[in-house]
Amino acid sequence: MLSIKNLHASIEDKAILKGLNLEVKPGEVHAIMGPNGSGKSTLASVLAGKDDYEITDGEVLFHGKDLMELAPEERAGEGVFLAFQYPVEIPGVSMTNFMRASVNAVREYRGQEPLTAGQFLKLMKEKQELVKLDGKLTKRSVNEGFSGGEKKRNEIFQMSMLEPSLVLMDETDSGLDIDALRIVSEAVNTLRSEKRSFIVITHYQRLLDYIVPDFVHVLSDGQIVKSGGKELALELEEKGYDWLKEEALA
Amino acid sequence: MTEEKLIKELASEQKYEFGFVTDIESEQAPIGLNEDIIRLISFKKNEPEWMLKFRLRAYRHWLKMTEPTWAHVNYPKIDFQNIIYYSAPKQKKALGSLDEVDPELLKTFEKLGIPLYEQKMLAGVAVDAVVDSVSIKTTYKEKLAEKGIIFCSMSDAIQEYPELVKKYIGTVVPYTDNYYAALNSAVFTDGSFVYIPKGVRCPMELSTYFRINERNTGQFERTLIVAEDKSYVSYLEGCTAPMRDENQLHAAIVELVAEEEAEIKYSTVQNWYPGDFKTGKGGIYNFVTKRGICKGNRAKISWTQVETGSAITWKYPSVILKGDNSRGEFYSVAVTNGMQQADTGTKMMHIGKNTTSLIISKGISAGKSNNSYRGLVKIAKSADNARNFSQCDSLLVGSNCGAHTFPYIEVGNNTGKVEHEATTSKIGEDQIFYCTQRGIDEETAIGLIVNGYAKEVLNQLPMEFAVEAQKLLAISLEGSVG
Repeated sequence: MLSIKNLHASIEDKAILKGLNLEVKPGEVHAIMGPNGSGKSTLASVLAGKDDYEITDGEVLFHGKDLMELAPEERAGEGVFLAFQYPVEIPGVSMTNFMRASVNAVREYRGQEPLTAGQFLKLMKEKQELVKLDGKLTKRSVNEGFSGGEKKRNEIFQMSMLEPSLVLMDETDSGLDIDALRIVSEAVNTLRSEKRSFIVITHYQRLLDYIVPDFVHVLSDGQIVKSGGKELALELEEKGYDWLKEEALA
Repeated sequence: MTEEKLIKELASEQKYEFGFVTDIESEQAPIGLNEDIIRLISFKKNEPEWMLKFRLRAYRHWLKMTEPTWAHVNYPKIDFQNIIYYSAPKQKKALGSLDEVDPELLKTFEKLGIPLYEQKMLAGVAVDAVVDSVSIKTTYKEKLAEKGIIFCSMSDAIQEYPELVKKYIGTVVPYTDNYYAALNSAVFTDGSFVYIPKGVRCPMELSTYFRINERNTGQFERTLIVAEDKSYVSYLEGCTAPMRDENQLHAAIVELVAEEEAEIKYSTVQNWYPGDFKTGKGGIYNFVTKRGICKGNRAKISWTQVETGSAITWKYPSVILKGDNSRGEFYSVAVTNGMQQADTGTKMMHIGKNTTSLIISKGISAGKSNNSYRGLVKIAKSADNARNFSQCDSLLVGSNCGAHTFPYIEVGNNTGKVEHEATTSKIGEDQIFYCTQRGIDEETAIGLIVNGYAKEVLNQLPMEFAVEAQKLLAISLEGSVG
């Protein structure tokens, strides 16, 4: 479904990704771990289409399409969803209005009829309950005055509304206390399906206690240096990242 | 002066050879401005003597004044002798159907969601469904008349209610006020007149739209609204549809008088032609003087404006807070794009005790435009316990535009309290990316963000107007990114 081959990306002439390869099949959950500055968040931004980055080499195929050729809104239409590490606030724009614009734009891209106000509100209510998002939040401006946990839960709520086939979670666990982490993870787990794949970017193993991955990859200096099953995460938790560098050098 | 005498006098002057009076069929006065032209305007409009005197006094005063240069705008010097000051309200040649209208214009109408019937009227197409318009008009006129409300053109008012006009005209904006006010007072051709009697709540939003057929969007419009004790009126001016006009200079005057416990709400949506996107050529100069007076105690005047058009906007809707416990409000969204320049804001003059004022100004600049807020809050010695709160926000789209804030505060009474908050922000690329990642294209995203930013002001507009204004904001910023 997603095939990343030899991906090189740089920002302001500084190379960040240096030949990254990754294959993701439908329904799989891949965790990407690695030290600070290894390029984890860059990978998420590049896949979602943030234009600060320049792709200098390699290719990314998503359902057979060249993802890098598409504008961010087209990628969203194709089914790429990024759960942001720092969701921005948009003052004065209500969550309801924002989501309606979003859902209908994505539907239009997919050749579906726009939802009527009634259908849309019903969908909102259904998904709010599914991810246990406080109904009050959808009446407020996008992310404005939301707590850290509320912002992250709001990302998961939006994901559930847009029905993506590839979800990129960029350090969704950062800034969450243990209860918030559990709630967010449960919401994610309810959204796992055979057709939906996840790339979970995280610093810490603890998120993976809740969202159990099929594969764990270690990113270092812009490349995947080691891949394994979920037990690799535990090993990393115990030993840190340094032993990998040594192994690489040996 | 009798008509005969005037004709004679004018005929004796050679330059009128092809002029207005010798050729009675001609619609226009000769080019240029002098006392005779003013006499002509007044004569043609069959005005009483006092009106002519008012005009002449204004003209003589104007001659002694110089064009102001303090505004933060740039434009070539205006040749006031190169303007035609009077055109008879002549029916524009009606087009047969919408097919004959500029398709670009139709596209904009469509984006704004203007109903087909209205589109036709705005584009100057002969409307066949006249029955509707006549019946609507008759109904509203009857309804207003029942309550004793007067709503008519200024020309009609001078004929039919001369005592009322005479009592109030020039009392809020005297012709000595400023250069363009003097010019307007000398040469104004039409505008609206509204009178709300004591204790009457006007049952509908009064809109120039209802007067669309009578309206002659003059270069020099003059509007006067008088609200007697305990009355209420909401007045809408302008139109979201793009207004093109061959007249480049517009210098209007609006005067509002609110007596004891009266409330006047005045909303404007201004979308005149801003000129060529790249050069700014051909755009309208909009130099307007708008002022209201809260004459009685507990009176309230509220200005709301959405300014998206014109090459140059120079406009400061103000309130004189004379009555004790009176209140003035100013809500403004000014959008500039391309080469547009706007210098706009308000003046709140506190004279009465316990007077309060609120200023919410949202400037949005894009392209290579310049957007300035200029506001004065003056608390006179007599104004015990006056309060003002001002909030002036600027939003930048792109990095070639400018936003400026010029707040002036004069406090002459130490019980006064004046608060001023200002912010400048840029539409964040992060905000846009957040939207595009959710499938929303960039232009729609900017529309969303900008409307969110301007929400406090848009909320002040009457419902239907607000919806159109929201779309207008988005359209005004098209092509401002990327």
